[in-house]
Amino acid sequence: MENLGLLAPLVVLIPSIGAIINIFWGARLGEKWVGSIATIASALTFGVVVLLYVFMNYNYYQGVNVNPPVFESWINIPSAGLNIPWQQRVDSLSVTMMLIITGIGTLIHVYSIGYMHGDERYHRYFAFLNMFLAFMLVLVTANNYLVMFVGWEGVGLCSFLLIGFWFDRSGVAWRNSLAARKAFIMNRIGDFGVIMSMVLMFAVFGTLTYYEAGEVANPTYNEHLVEEIQHEAEAAEADLATGISEVTVGEVANAGEHTAAEPAPAEGQHAAPAEGEHETGPALPATSNDSIVYEDLGVFSRAQILSEQGGDVVVGPFTMPITTALTLITLFLLLGATGKSAQIPLFTWLPDAMAGPTPASALIHAATMVTAGVYIMVRSNVLFELTPTTMAVVALVGSATALVGGFIAMGQWDIKRVLAYSTVSQLGFMVAAVGVGAFGAAIFHLVTHAFFKALLFLASGSVIHGVEHGHHHVHEHGHDDEHDDHEEAFDPQDMRNMGGLRRRMPVTYFVYLIGTLALMGIFPLAGFWSKDEILADAWTAGLQDNNVIGYIVFGLLLVSAGFTAFYMWRQIVLVFHGKPRTEAAGHAPESAKMMLVPMLVLAFFSFFGGFMNTPRGVLGLEKIFGPHELTEWLESSVMRVHAGEFYLWIAILSLVVAIGMAIMANRIYARVPVFNRKRDPLEMMEATQQMWTMANARLYWDNFYDRIFVNPFRRTSAWLATELDDRFLHDWVHNKVLWNGFNAIAHFLSRDVDQKVVDGAVNGAGRVTRWGANTLRRSQSGYIRVYAITLLFGVVVVVLVLLLPLLQRG
Amino acid sequence: MELTGLSLATVVLFLPMVGMIILLFLREEQARNIRLVALGTSIVTFLFSLVLWAQFDPNNTSLQFVQQTPWIPSLNISYYVGIDGLSLFLVILTTFITPIAILISWRAHVFEERGRQKLYYIFMLLLEWAMIGVFIAQDLILFYLFWEVTLVPMYFMIGIWGSEQRVYAAVKFFLYTMAGSLLMLVAILYLGLTAGTFAQPEIVQMMQSGQLVLPLDGVFSTQSLLFLAFFIAFAIKVPVWPFHSWLPDAHVQAPTAASVILAAVLLKMGSYGMIRFNLQLFPDASVDWAPFVAVLAVIGIIYGAWVSYAQTDMKKLVAYTSVSHMGFVVLGIFAMASASINGSILQMLNHGISTGGLFLIVGMLYERRHTRQMSAYGGLWATAPLLGGIALVIALSSMGMPGTNGFVGEFTILLGSVGSPLTGVVFTLLAATGVILAAIYILAFFQKVFMGEVKHEENRSLPKLHWTELAVLVPIVIMILWIGLAPNTFIAPMDPSVNALVQEVQPAETEIAQLP
Repeated sequence: MENLGLLAPLVVLIPSIGAIINIFWGARLGEKWVGSIATIASALTFGVVVLLYVFMNYNYYQGVNVNPPVFESWINIPSAGLNIPWQQRVDSLSVTMMLIITGIGTLIHVYSIGYMHGDERYHRYFAFLNMFLAFMLVLVTANNYLVMFVGWEGVGLCSFLLIGFWFDRSGVAWRNSLAARKAFIMNRIGDFGVIMSMVLMFAVFGTLTYYEAGEVANPTYNEHLVEEIQHEAEAAEADLATGISEVTVGEVANAGEHTAAEPAPAEGQHAAPAEGEHETGPALPATSNDSIVYEDLGVFSRAQILSEQGGDVVVGPFTMPITTALTLITLFLLLGATGKSAQIPLFTWLPDAMAGPTPASALIHAATMVTAGVYIMVRSNVLFELTPTTMAVVALVGSATALVGGFIAMGQWDIKRVLAYSTVSQLGFMVAAVGVGAFGAAIFHLVTHAFFKALLFLASGSVIHGVEHGHHHVHEHGHDDEHDDHEEAFDPQDMRNMGGLRRRMPVTYFVYLIGTLALMGIFPLAGFWSKDEILADAWTAGLQDNNVIGYIVFGLLLVSAGFTAFYMWRQIVLVFHGKPRTEAAGHAPESAKMMLVPMLVLAFFSFFGGFMNTPRGVLGLEKIFGPHELTEWLESSVMRVHAGEFYLWIAILSLVVAIGMAIMANRIYARVPVFNRKRDPLEMMEATQQMWTMANARLYWDNFYDRIFVNPFRRTSAWLATELDDRFLHDWVHNKVLWNGFNAIAHFLSRDVDQKVVDGAVNGAGRVTRWGANTLRRSQSGYIRVYAITLLFGVVVVVLVLLLPLLQRG
Repeated sequence: MELTGLSLATVVLFLPMVGMIILLFLREEQARNIRLVALGTSIVTFLFSLVLWAQFDPNNTSLQFVQQTPWIPSLNISYYVGIDGLSLFLVILTTFITPIAILISWRAHVFEERGRQKLYYIFMLLLEWAMIGVFIAQDLILFYLFWEVTLVPMYFMIGIWGSEQRVYAAVKFFLYTMAGSLLMLVAILYLGLTAGTFAQPEIVQMMQSGQLVLPLDGVFSTQSLLFLAFFIAFAIKVPVWPFHSWLPDAHVQAPTAASVILAAVLLKMGSYGMIRFNLQLFPDASVDWAPFVAVLAVIGIIYGAWVSYAQTDMKKLVAYTSVSHMGFVVLGIFAMASASINGSILQMLNHGISTGGLFLIVGMLYERRHTRQMSAYGGLWATAPLLGGIALVIALSSMGMPGTNGFVGEFTILLGSVGSPLTGVVFTLLAATGVILAAIYILAFFQKVFMGEVKHEENRSLPKLHWTELAVLVPIVIMILWIGLAPNTFIAPMDPSVNALVQEVQPAETEIAQLP
């Protein structure tokens, strides 16, 4: 049992092997094998992660460092004190992320088998998907920033590959590959931030490692834990004396923590390992890092020590207070997070990323990769908590993004684009949560969002699939002959082409509805709990810490929540309610079982997922599900996590807002005739026309970037290349000034110096050159400046001769 | 090796010569034999250089495989060769790239038109000889000799087997390097005569012990001038901005193999020279000039990348990326931190491998379509998936993707430069924008050539990769991943030498910021 942690390298290895098999041999294996190999690889990885989860429960939730059996060190420069091992960290945070990644990942693999059926690059798709899993797991399991960065850029690469998956699909090829490139470049801007953050971090703290072996992530938590264990053990001993029960320390620890999703390890299981050393579970965890010297600590502990000491740090030629250094480090890290998690100012790539296959969007651009930014900020919670400035920026960035994303989503017609902006907005919620110090709520929302957003994407894929098939059906049966010229332009993702799918696709409708309600935050679905916790935490931050940012965040997020309800209900009405607005929608078939089953599983979690972190005092729910399970579980690895308060009025307020907006959307969009003109009712109304246009034009954000960044960059580039480099440096400086100047000097030397002084010496060199010149001349015709070279050799000799007298003296 | 009295370094150096002599006895018609001899020689040389690596003692920071034989005793000029951690991998890079360059020439179309294969391969081996010589020579005159000799074969390779404007490019390449070398020659002569020896290690020794003092008090003092004479020669070769004007011409006009060698090895002679001569001989002047050099390096990083983005000619695009990448190398050298110099040496290998690889890819496309314009391509990833996949890996390595070699080099350079008192956060910040710019130009290249719809019918039926093409690409990809995932293999042997160097040049706190 205690060796289970050593399985961690497998989570990277297994999907890598799957990817390698499929990329090299997939084309020959055929669809069945390709899909099975990839899915089995993913499922096996999930199995390993479950074992890691069991291990965590057994190990008192204490994180462990795992070194791969071979290939331990990555970059090691002893003289610079830089040593980066390929080390993994298994703790409650990374296991949480791993469960989400592999769990949802496996479901999406299954779904993809159906969705990608018949694609000419089927094997490439699954290879990329497995490769993504491998990189994503590197990202979340890394024990230092640099290894994390390998995964960080690796998932960016996979995202690039999958967005540009149909890079040659006729008509949209350029758009698809442009979207892929845009995503990569905007992510790179973020990566620049991460690199800067890392090099600064190393300059200040001298390490990039999260936690060294034996280091306690959260001493406070461990103190409580040990107290509890000892207390229970005493009680158990007393019980034992009276012969009531036989409780082991290991069981007590688990019972004490209530996370009993896994059965508490019984005594028999403990004794199973060959050594049999740990008959009563692992040794009690340490409760502080005081005995560890500074050099043996990870970056978080070092940061705490240094900032407690205060004073200045030296970074190259600069000396700055430790807080300034920390602020720089965290702000650069935030830049990285805004790139990966699609926050202002780097969010515009995510909506374009919908060019990729829908299941890839679900996995990468909704559930997992885009949450990496939130993950890394939560991972670095210690650093962020030390810098109030950064925290304020984070909070504002997050809540502004939530608002902007939600606003734009209300004006989109593309079913996936609405979801994409919704993802931007929801990621904003998580980032804002980080900003108000609600790290637990951020991860909670990350988890629930992964469920319902993946579900919504898969369901939208099912809708698109259905409409496409309906379209083909209509096409084949020639129903719509007079509209043939419109056929080319038919867009199966445009919600104006849908409507009434409720009857055609009942299962999809059902799961879509659950996803929508969860996203809107309707009691008691998953989104309600997580969103509410963020709102409550923001309010608490304002109330308790007297932090005005908290109130701002609360306000902005509440409005965003209203937007959420509006655009989601608009979508439900446009897609599923009413009557079909096109023949294609009228003939859309329900998707295959292969696709429906994963959606139903996700629907289950979208409904019940919120109970993993029920607050205290809500209808006695915590008695069933336990109070703040997730938060407590995270506490062992995330130092600054704290359980949120529950305010009834906030819950009611947010419910009222959500339901109110949904009703409003229903009233506006349920009137079918409006859509015959393919225009939005809001666009028709004078009062809202301008707002709607703004939302539809995505607030002109992309145009703005084009105007102030992209175009000037291109123009400067062209100017530098043609004017400065080509015409000035190349043609003028080189060809005119240098070349002619050289010729003049050469003439002078040849006439006045060369011929008179060193004629004999040059003859030798001349002969060589003549031979070379002849060679050149034979191989091609044309004028050669032989003399230039002759003279150059001449110059060498002249210099030598001039210096010769000196030589002899020396 | 001891038995014959030759050091292994000498053996590796003169192996290409053996091949050259054999080639001289072959007739032009025996094309197949010529090719086999050339390839065989270069592979044997490579294998011997691996023995060099195997026998190299990483913990010994002084020169190894030393051989010193008097050459011109009256002037204390000697045949003096030796290898330490700074040069070991550059020798191996040379012997690694040469067989690749030879193999990729086997099927080059240019010989159908211009023939003269025998001469071509003789030049190739002559070039290898001289390049190895540059990296192992420890005598200044010997170094200079090798340095100049590299010009000759490259000049003819561009001039005879190059593209349309080959003569212009060849002459330009020659003149630029020559102009710099002359300055260096003067500096070498002055230094050697003042010191009474041309052996670089002995001069360093003399300066450390105070026997030889090169005054440094202002821009025009002896040490500063000597520094500049060497630096300009090397800067032209690297090329450091704004001395880069010859590079795009030479690259665009050169045949594929020459481009590969030029990018992979010849440019490294410049950056290697900076470490071996500027830093070791003139540590104080180097410290004084470091901020100035760093400015040029950073301009080069940004400028090269920016200009590269605007190119429509693939070879020119790749050529300008060299300006950007070598800017990183120079920044790392003059940050004078051990992480950054390790990174710089590693980045020299990386650039050799990745940019060499990019030139190979471009060359293969050129062989198929006879154009270097990106607009003639598009969608190749669909029609030539293997080539596309390999091109992607090489492109990623060029833009410094973690897991590939490029990242390790760039990151360690940035890491060293941020903590160095000579450069610091501002330079690092500006240099790091190169990471973004690299993604911009390399992805533009990849998108234009490999993504999108197939616009030209010819691109639908491109010939499959020939085994010789695969045989050159596979080692490149292996090296990219090897250095990317386990760079310690390469850092461990060089680090002690780098550390010793850094200890020598390490500026004391008070000496900083005395820009002349």
